[in-house]
Amino acid sequence: MNVDVIEDERQHQFVLNMGPQHPSTHGVLRVLLKMEGEYVLDPQPVLGYVHRCHEKIGEYKPARAFMPNTARMDYLGALIYNQGYAMLLERAAGIEVPRRAEYIRVITSELNRIQSHLLWYGAYLLDLGAFTPIMYAFDDREHILDTLEDICGSRLTYCYCRVGGVCKDIDDKFIERTRAFIERLRGRLPMYEKLVNGNIIVQKRMKSVGNYTPELCARYGVTGPLLRAAGVEYDLRKAEPYSVYSEFDFEVPTEQQGDAWAAFNVRYREIEQSLRIVEQALDKLPEGEVMEAKVPKKLRLPQGDYNCSVEAPRGELSYYLVSDGSDIPYRIKVRTPSYSNLSVVPEVCKGMMIADVVTSMGALDLVIPEIDR
Amino acid sequence: MKAYFTELFTGAWSLIVGLTVTLKALFSPVVTVQYPRQKIDVTPNYRGHIDLIKDPETGTHRCITCGMCMRDCPSDCIYLEGEKQEGVKGKVLTLYTLDYTKCSHCGACVEVCPTQALDYCDDYEVAGFAREDFHYDLLKRVEERE
Ligand code: SF4
Ligand code: SF4
Repeated sequence: MNVDVIEDERQHQFVLNMGPQHPSTHGVLRVLLKMEGEYVLDPQPVLGYVHRCHEKIGEYKPARAFMPNTARMDYLGALIYNQGYAMLLERAAGIEVPRRAEYIRVITSELNRIQSHLLWYGAYLLDLGAFTPIMYAFDDREHILDTLEDICGSRLTYCYCRVGGVCKDIDDKFIERTRAFIERLRGRLPMYEKLVNGNIIVQKRMKSVGNYTPELCARYGVTGPLLRAAGVEYDLRKAEPYSVYSEFDFEVPTEQQGDAWAAFNVRYREIEQSLRIVEQALDKLPEGEVMEAKVPKKLRLPQGDYNCSVEAPRGELSYYLVSDGSDIPYRIKVRTPSYSNLSVVPEVCKGMMIADVVTSMGALDLVIPEIDR
Repeated sequence: MKAYFTELFTGAWSLIVGLTVTLKALFSPVVTVQYPRQKIDVTPNYRGHIDLIKDPETGTHRCITCGMCMRDCPSDCIYLEGEKQEGVKGKVLTLYTLDYTKCSHCGACVEVCPTQALDYCDDYEVAGFAREDFHYDLLKRVEERE
């Protein structure tokens, strides 16, 4: 006897919730995956779980009181967020920063970047099922956190920069520890290469996952290591050298393939470049003050629009401030890199296997509080 | 076919290389400590919550009740009161409370104080069950400290 089975396409489709507490989303991001078997038909990120109204808070307090908030947006790049905001206010108020302070900002920011990349390195591999690398990466990262804690007082959410400089000078102990750390990490990088980068399983899982082209990146505003993994040599530290970055000799690592493996390598190679910058900055560190003396107590910003962009670990961070002439900003807008980087997910992850979605999203190096602000 | 075996071999070799790294780590010194039985010293520059400093000369705090810290705090965590007392110049501090739940360790209060009366403490083991547990009376704290 023949039975006609009506094969309905929709019978095989189902919706899978990834998050809000999925380990690979590193925070509270929810991705709605429309699945057909193992394949993802339509991935849609759902945002808003950690929205804290940072931009709105900025409209209620004096401009310089927003500084601690910047660190809470991206807890892994807090010093760079600090630096960007301080530079914005300095630009708006026309304040010169002492050279020593600029150097210190660069040193701490680059250490911050290394720290962020190390955490990503460990956590990403953890998502892919490799448990050991995160332990090694944390071991190294801990040295940076201890060194920075000795200067900034905190371990993650620093509030170190001030309008017109930094709040505390670095001492010989800091310089010594940082130099020792550079030595140490340089010695450890071959170990990482042996342990992970050469590993066949890692390579097989990352290669040809995701297809980032310069055109796609331009369409979504993707910046940072992902853009460089697509072959575009664009790094604000080189393209538009702010602070004292023009005085250092470093390269912008790029790859051509535009997949997760390329992004992985770009970030990994950036660690070495950041080490180079820190080393040169320590060598050239000028003497002098770390805080401009003539900063008014009440910081009135002249009427107008101000903009300032810096290269955060995840891409281009941009602050935009509208001032009506008082000491309280009329509007602060923050352009955070992860938000734009995440927006490519529906296009890039369409048609992937579900395990590849994890690989692909990990390569974005998302920091959720920065997306939601 | 040849490529398949080459890959098989290089792949297997990469795993062995990786395992030697972990094997080496197995015999290297331990980098973690057994918290809370073992503790690491906190750096003196650690930013805990703020505290009034006890002046060794006078045996009390240095606050002159100017209220600058209260005004400059971006999160409104500080509340203080002072009163005029017979025979004392200026006001005398009678109440200094800190709502630590809102503090962001920004340092504005410490930096603005004209008499350097404030500093960060190095308590890092602060946990509580109620939000009132974090409403500190700093005046009481400075008096109780030896
Ligand atoms: S550290 Fe900042 S947030 Fe905390 S009490 Fe002082 S001024 Fe307020
Ligand atoms: S700024 Fe210093 S002196 Fe003034 S009220 Fe605050 S603690 Fe007291």
